[in-house]
Amino acid sequence: MRDVEKSFGAVPVLRGVSLTVHRGETVCIIGPSGSGKSTLLRCINGLVPITAGSITVAGREVNDPKLDPLALRRDVGIVFQQYNLFPHRTALQNIMMAPVHVLGQDRASVETRARALLAKVRLTDKADGFPGELSGGQQQRVAIARALAMNPKVMLFDEVTAALDPETKKEVLVTIQELAGEGMTCILVTHEMGFARRVADQVFFTDGGVLVEEGPPEQVLDAPREARTRDFLDKIL
Amino acid sequence: MTHLSVLCKPRRLPAIRAPLAWPGLPVGVALAFVASVAWAQAGAAVRPGPIEAILRWGPLIFGGFLFNVLTSVLSMTVGTALGAPLGLLLIAPGRLPRGISWAVTQFFRNAPWLVLLFYVMFLLPFELHVGGVTIPLPDWAKAVLGLSLPVAANVAEIVRGALQSIPEPQWSAAAGLAFGRLQTIRLIILPQAIRRMLPPWMNLYAILTMATTLISIVGIQDGLTITRAAISSDARPEMMLPLYLFLLLLFFVYCYPIARATLALERRLLVRG
Ligand SMILES: Nc1ncnc2c1ncn2[C@@H]1O[C@H](COP(=O)(O)OP(=O)(O)OP(=O)(O)O)[C@@H](O)[C@H]1O
Ligand SMILES: [Mg+2]
Repeated sequence: MRDVEKSFGAVPVLRGVSLTVHRGETVCIIGPSGSGKSTLLRCINGLVPITAGSITVAGREVNDPKLDPLALRRDVGIVFQQYNLFPHRTALQNIMMAPVHVLGQDRASVETRARALLAKVRLTDKADGFPGELSGGQQQRVAIARALAMNPKVMLFDEVTAALDPETKKEVLVTIQELAGEGMTCILVTHEMGFARRVADQVFFTDGGVLVEEGPPEQVLDAPREARTRDFLDKIL
Repeated sequence: MTHLSVLCKPRRLPAIRAPLAWPGLPVGVALAFVASVAWAQAGAAVRPGPIEAILRWGPLIFGGFLFNVLTSVLSMTVGTALGAPLGLLLIAPGRLPRGISWAVTQFFRNAPWLVLLFYVMFLLPFELHVGGVTIPLPDWAKAVLGLSLPVAANVAEIVRGALQSIPEPQWSAAAGLAFGRLQTIRLIILPQAIRRMLPPWMNLYAILTMATTLISIVGIQDGLTITRAAISSDARPEMMLPLYLFLLLLFFVYCYPIARATLALERRLLVRG
């Protein structure tokens, strides 16, 4: 990702962000509210078109006008803070929909895979539950399984634990940690410093639409070089 | 006439639940009907009274009323078939389709139904030549088409409103899973929106059913035409009241359950969100 800029109308949100995430890495993006973290994440799968700069994801140029945004999104899974499950479909159906309708895969094999994913996020018994009947943590794990069902190369997580209580937070973080351990490339926006310390290969601190500091978690979180990073960390700890 | 309105008045008016929980309304209308019959009967000791008139003309009027119902069903079907895609165009990503569909919708939504009906009746030929085939266009078909135009515009607005009422994150989630726009609408947005469309759609249908009496003005034999013919053929102006009320009652018996079902659905939506 190089020199990425994004403005909503005349309001600049990203003002030249450059960062690199290697295959198989897990990175955390931290920063104050409104610093453009969600926007940055949404630029990566083209949900938000960028104003300037370039982003390359698994060999695809996001800003290329010839790019098929749907092809990009098949390779990049995203999970949101508010789960955003489809309320009219069961957990299993939520997971199966995209592989069946978008990838055109065979229903039976998708169902086998979907059930395996539900087992992976420890929700085997909730297959036929509707989102409204699941707890926040359960919904979020279904949302992760739903994104994984597309066999993405990269997973984006936007404050996926922010709306959860500490216990359910842990269920979800464990799931993500396992995923990272299996070699999935994960980009997380998070305020879970403990998680970032344990799991992240790199931490990026953004503020005011620019990347202020980056490095391994021990450095950025425990011995920040920038005053702004120190301020932020002091405030949230 | 005051006694009629007194009869129609509810004895108690529970604040919000009134429209649903009030069986007094159909009872009131029925009483008004009986009263008006009695009123006409009273002044007709010698000549055949309104009971006889209703017995004589009732079946014919009922037949005409069935034609109103048929017209309403056909117009609603055509109007929905035209209005649903129009509603989808109203939220199309392109400026041009959105602009055109907006103009069409606004035009037909804000035109008097009767004027639209006149236009269609008098502008369309009595038969269409498509290729080598001649399709006859009888008056009733034109009337159905004429009524379906404003219906289509209203359906379009209902569809647009319901689609837009589905929260944006559902669109993002679908886009994040690489669903295309039409797939998103078909598989994710529409199934959730249809529940919200149903009450206003049923409401529109009830309004349309009552508006079908407009076709009598353009010379189609509906329930109203036949009622008027019955009144004038007997040359008994005092029969107007019971005969018109008979027709009103037919419409009421048909439309009132729809109105109640609409309210029940709306209430369920309010509860379940
Ligand atoms: N669709 C949009 N239209 C206009 N402005 C937007 C839009 N999305 C985001 N913004 C603005 O961009 C800025 C950054 O938003 P963003 O959601 O990326 O911040 P964030 O770092 O994720 O914050 P938070 O921690 O609160 O989630 C905010 O000032 C927001 O008001
Ligand atoms: Mg955010």
